[in-house]
Amino acid sequence: MANNTKGRRDFMGMALGGFTALGGIGALYAMKRTWDPLPSVKAAGFTTIDLTPAQDNILITEKWRGKPIFILKQSKEMMAKVSPEAKKRLIEMNGGFYMVAVGLCTHLGCIPGYDPVDESFLCACHGGMYDSTADVTKAPPPRGLDVPPFRVDGMKLVLGETGPEYEQMLADGTTMPV
Amino acid sequence: MAHFEKANSIGEWFDQRLAVNTLKRVLQTEYWIPKDINFLWAMGMVLAATFGILLVSGIFLLMYYQPNVNTAFDSVNYTIMSEVGYGWLWRHVHGVGASVVFLIIYIHMFTGIYYGSYKKGRELIWLSGMGLFVAFSAEAFSGYMLPWGQMSYWAGMVITNLFSGGGLHADFLVEWIRGDYVPGQAFLSRFFMLHVLLVPLAIIGLIVLHFGTLRIPHVNNQEGEEFDYEEAAELYKAGNVKESKVIPFSPVFLSKDVFVMGVYFVMFFYLVFYHFEFAMDPVNFDPANGLKTPAHIYPEWYFLWSYEILRPFSTNVGLIAFAIAQVIFFTLPFLDRSPNVAPASRRGAFKFWFWAMLADVLVLTFMGKLPPAGIWSTIGFVAALAFFALWIALPIITSREKKL
Repeated sequence: MANNTKGRRDFMGMALGGFTALGGIGALYAMKRTWDPLPSVKAAGFTTIDLTPAQDNILITEKWRGKPIFILKQSKEMMAKVSPEAKKRLIEMNGGFYMVAVGLCTHLGCIPGYDPVDESFLCACHGGMYDSTADVTKAPPPRGLDVPPFRVDGMKLVLGETGPEYEQMLADGTTMPV
Repeated sequence: MAHFEKANSIGEWFDQRLAVNTLKRVLQTEYWIPKDINFLWAMGMVLAATFGILLVSGIFLLMYYQPNVNTAFDSVNYTIMSEVGYGWLWRHVHGVGASVVFLIIYIHMFTGIYYGSYKKGRELIWLSGMGLFVAFSAEAFSGYMLPWGQMSYWAGMVITNLFSGGGLHADFLVEWIRGDYVPGQAFLSRFFMLHVLLVPLAIIGLIVLHFGTLRIPHVNNQEGEEFDYEEAAELYKAGNVKESKVIPFSPVFLSKDVFVMGVYFVMFFYLVFYHFEFAMDPVNFDPANGLKTPAHIYPEWYFLWSYEILRPFSTNVGLIAFAIAQVIFFTLPFLDRSPNVAPASRRGAFKFWFWAMLADVLVLTFMGKLPPAGIWSTIGFVAALAFFALWIALPIITSREKKL
């Protein structure tokens, strides 16, 4: 009889513990989802930029998902110096070459400044440098500035959507997914 | 139900229902503290009092602060500072308190290290204290976000980016923490919640635990002497106050604490009224702007030593070094292999280890504030390496220590 009572209590204890654990896991999932970015935040993640007004070696800063986007039209002289590897970082539109990148240092996310005379970017936080194609030239940044996902639409770029040119960059390892 | 007699006084009425006399005896008049201590033993109660002041000033700030990216900056810098009667007082008390509390925490920690107050039997005091250090760091960081100035925004950006794990590129984790691609409304609201509710709850819980861990091993004394507390307590209760090695927590120990607190608060309010600007970074008086990085981003002074450990290395090595530096002090009771509970001055090589560690953390702090260039960069790098060398040396020198 005593053993029987113990068995019943153990069963009730385990049943209660099991359902409590299940509820706990459910609650943890709900908490995780509550911290996720909202659908409205995700939906606002697309920006269309017209590149027609871009001029040689003049940096344009746009905004996409709250992050600065650097756009730099490469001049003929700049293109003459660019290596075939660095050229993969550029987007060709209507015969012109454009550097398009997220303007946040790949080290810890500060915004590098552009010097049009040196044709290079310098991050003031920890001294990282990038060339005019936004490829890294001086550590600590581990890689060049990331290219945002884009789709070419005539002379317009749709940021946040993925086109074949961007997929090629990902496949080549030219940029990290942002 | 229990039987109740008619009470003859209000005190007796409460004692019948809450056993307040028993509580008072256990927690105050018969909670024994060693006599052989100095003013550094008062830092615990100084910290408790500072936490109390932060809580009260925080409650008043909370009545006018608005956790909204469009109004947060003005609610602090205009509403609280110039409209609310004495709003400036709460803000300066809160800002100065948040900075000074870390100074006292560091003094409290290094006192514990010097006197060996983390040794066998006292490990939990050290561990719960380190838990409090981490919780206070989280509280300081989340609070720093709230005025939504340039330093708030960019410190938020840089610190949350650390969670991408460098080469691991865990950007999804960073976006999950922020609730957005960059620090925005979701980020501000959740750090507001952490700052005013979750982290303070954790701190209060940890303070209770920290006090609890002191109970059985007792507070350490200046010589690390082990003695019979029961015997000493009997001696005290029998009236042999001079011969006894202990004093009751209240009112005897507390009266000394209150004196130290008095000196401390004179300095504290001097800072609040005349030098509050040291806790107010001028860059944070520009509203947050996601398209413009300030020229120099540096943390508040109390995080500089670990920031300097992050800075001189490449991304991945720096992150690993930084992560280790954040938790290494937790391991102190286990890396110190010597059984001696004694002040560092009597512990041979450990004496040099203690002063070297203190000096190294100070050097790291100063270098963390200077721009990372030239000779400063080199000194910072050497100090960062020395920090790890000291931790590697600790188990070796302490296992060779002579038994006292």
